[in-house]
Amino acid sequence: MISLIHGRRKLALALLILSVILITVILVSGYASMNKAMETDFSRKNQAPSLKYPFGTDWLGRDMFSRTLAGLSLSIRIGIVTAAFSSVVALILGALSAILGKAVDSFITWLIDLIMGVPHILLLILISFACGKGFWGLVTGIIFTHWMSLARVLRGEIMQLKQSGYVQVAQKLGVGRLQILTRHMLPHLFPQFIVGLVLLFPHAILHEASITFLGFGLPPEQPAIGIILSESMRYLVTGSWWLAVFPGILLVMVVVMFDYIGNTLRMLLDPSTYHE
Amino acid sequence: MKTGMKKSITFLAKNLIRLVLLLLCASILAFLLVSLSPVDPLQVNVGQAALGSLSREQIKKLETYWGVNDPPVKRYLAWAKDFIRGDMGVSLLYRQDVSSVIGQKLAHSLLLMGSAWLISGIVGFSLGIIAGANRGSFIDRIIRGYALLTASTPAFWIALLFLLIFAVWFRIFPIGLSVPIGVEEGFITLTDRLRHAILPAAVLSITGISNIVLHTREKMIDVMESEYVLFALARGENKRSVVFRHGLRNVLIPAITLQFASIGEIFGGSVLVEQVFSYPGLGQAAVSAGLGGDIPLLMGITVISTAIVFTGNFTANLLYGIIDPRIRRGAEK
Repeated sequence: MISLIHGRRKLALALLILSVILITVILVSGYASMNKAMETDFSRKNQAPSLKYPFGTDWLGRDMFSRTLAGLSLSIRIGIVTAAFSSVVALILGALSAILGKAVDSFITWLIDLIMGVPHILLLILISFACGKGFWGLVTGIIFTHWMSLARVLRGEIMQLKQSGYVQVAQKLGVGRLQILTRHMLPHLFPQFIVGLVLLFPHAILHEASITFLGFGLPPEQPAIGIILSESMRYLVTGSWWLAVFPGILLVMVVVMFDYIGNTLRMLLDPSTYHE
Repeated sequence: MKTGMKKSITFLAKNLIRLVLLLLCASILAFLLVSLSPVDPLQVNVGQAALGSLSREQIKKLETYWGVNDPPVKRYLAWAKDFIRGDMGVSLLYRQDVSSVIGQKLAHSLLLMGSAWLISGIVGFSLGIIAGANRGSFIDRIIRGYALLTASTPAFWIALLFLLIFAVWFRIFPIGLSVPIGVEEGFITLTDRLRHAILPAAVLSITGISNIVLHTREKMIDVMESEYVLFALARGENKRSVVFRHGLRNVLIPAITLQFASIGEIFGGSVLVEQVFSYPGLGQAAVSAGLGGDIPLLMGITVISTAIVFTGNFTANLLYGIIDPRIRRGAEK
């Protein structure tokens, strides 16, 4: 029985490592195929998927396989940057909210309500508009629209930690608030923070693709997934189905893998699931 | 009884004030963002070439018209004053009053979002009940897998696939627009409208389902593991009646509130889906306003759609308050 339980955790760990490797492969090979993705060749345009071009080619004769990989690599890189910054924002605001007393707390809670109330996509459009569209608008938008739920979780966690014995003792011993936070609370919060960060990825990537698809994010010369899919719309009617199908499937795969990594990490880090 | 009345009125009033305040702040936030924009209203609306041929005085006149030199606070107050009177300004893209543009688009969008909201609510709730009541079974795994997969799939890609399958390959549904092209407004029948809304509504329902399924499933599992269900089963009630008599009642209320609180997500999905099907709704108007620098229209749409979302959240709070006395008392403290 015990070996079976360990087997389940081991399997999860193996799949987790496999996902990480796959994502790294996509990230690196996509980065390497950036030039190939923009190479046009009219002698091979509009070709259906074949052994040579597994995802087909588009109306400019660009290899869709390299374009998809390059697009995913771009998405993953933007995802890394935005998820990292967004979770840091979440940590800072969550900590401030829990530590600085009632006024700050209710202000930040209210801010979270406000931002969550404006439809996400609309806020992204507004921020992109404010930054004059393009890359920076996209990145700023995603950073400032994804921190709220993680901030709520971290705030709740810190509130609970404040009541715990070792923090109370530290307070009585006269340790400063900042030091309690950095020395006693952050190490405890770290696993949750990492899980939250990884679980921000799928949302960040999906929103990046969506907002680029709508025309607000990356410029059309970049081989981003959103651009690829939005360009494919014009050629669907003429039968070039492969332009939309394969890049989408790979995008979903990457998102599912990130989701899996996050949830598995949560399971593995949570000691109570050890005996499940 | 009388104090109870009074208490629920204060509860209502408190929530209503919160709603109005949040809406006010959302409009300030949106205004701040559009005024941060480096887009120059003169260049967008008059055009670089025309601007060159204008005299200095004419440019000055236009600048005062667009309020280029006014501080943002003054411009916001002017905008808010007009807005309260029902004047949202003139859309630069459509050359019409923003309020009438929004009125037309909203009618289309409400048809789309309303049906998707209902369908995803009903189907999602039923799937959640089925999955939760049969926890661990084959059907539970399928439903859960489906919900998790749709949560990871971008709505616009599903929309593209549907367009490809049903409009291009099978030609069952029209490719785009909410009405047939080249037909006069008076001749468009209700069936036409419905036919053009079916695909987008189906996509929206399919992708918006995941939250409600997973949530209902969790609640249903809690109910099925509770002691009163154990007792009911021990008393000899069959599973079917337990699900209907004990399960549904307990799970329905949180599900309804969740559905009211999810209007924002449906709106977000509709922006993308409308874009793919070139369905002339509010979402598509928001995208063209953003791309075309149509600030009055963008502001109008932001405020109206935020109001819709907040009203949904407000209704969710209210429903909770009416049905669950613990929340009501908590709010009064």
